[in-house]
Amino acid sequence: MDGSDRVFDDRTPGVEEQESTASVLSYTAGLGLAILATIGSFVVSQTNLLWPPGIPVGLVVLAFAQIGVHLVFFLHLGSAPDNTNNILALAFGVLIVFLVITGSIWIIANLHANMMP
Amino acid sequence: MTIATLDRVPTGVPTEFARGRGGGGPAPKRIVVAYGFWIFILSDFVMFSGLFAAYAVLSGNTAGGPTGSELFNLRNVFIETMCLLLSSYTCGLGALSAERRQPGRFLIFAAFTFVLGAAFLFIEASEFAGMVAKGAGPSRSGFLSGFFTLVATHGVHVTSGLIWLTYLVAQVVVKGLRPPVLRRLLCWSLFWHALDIVWVGVFTLVYLMGDFR
Repeated sequence: MDGSDRVFDDRTPGVEEQESTASVLSYTAGLGLAILATIGSFVVSQTNLLWPPGIPVGLVVLAFAQIGVHLVFFLHLGSAPDNTNNILALAFGVLIVFLVITGSIWIIANLHANMMP
Repeated sequence: MTIATLDRVPTGVPTEFARGRGGGGPAPKRIVVAYGFWIFILSDFVMFSGLFAAYAVLSGNTAGGPTGSELFNLRNVFIETMCLLLSSYTCGLGALSAERRQPGRFLIFAAFTFVLGAAFLFIEASEFAGMVAKGAGPSRSGFLSGFFTLVATHGVHVTSGLIWLTYLVAQVVVKGLRPPVLRRLLCWSLFWHALDIVWVGVFTLVYLMGDFR
């Protein structure tokens, strides 16, 4: 057995490898990390643990961390070569989401600043 | 060379020989189905990004009405978040049991998922009802229009996820865990996990950022 019987398949998010305990473990690890990130967000927003003007940045960082945990542990997106299609599609989605949200905020803030009082 | 070795590619062969990229024949049906559904989910994210942008732009425009910190109850939001997160977990375990052809365990996890999702919806609905009763309905200010549109669209997604789950449970009971049913379950679990990702954005942007300000 030199590993030559491994099949390269395209994988999709949500699809399991065949090992049984590893998958339950992956979901449980994901749940634990997501709970940590959630509690972290609520604590950061309600206390002065962070320097107050930095709280929004901290919340955004925690949200991105939690979204990453969900993608990796629940949707099983990874960096394996057989996952390339899913990652490319996700990258395009992230690009569009980023353009829509930051573009809207930027344009409207500019408009707001130039509005007659 | 036996048939079993024909569709196998040795390790070390680069990915252009992987199945689904022309090297080893077409990808299996469940791969194609789930990839197509993944594209749909990404388009759903793009739609939500429009609603997030609208809320972010409108969130300061309270028109003299109540602000977020006067309306939001973070304890309820935390319970909602935990309901959705745990339902995502039980959904994953349910999908796992279905893959392993354990219909009994699948039905138990599906029941947990349904109850947790329904609890989420109940808390959200009572929050909405309380806000409307206080005169803070969607027509009160731009902030509240954006709030209700964003959060209720997510709630509608959760509702349709629960209806879809009921329908799939009926299929599992009647037809058993056959490959077409398994593919539908896979799509549904992707949808449910995706809703939890959207909720991370909602509780961060709407509730937490709205409350500490």
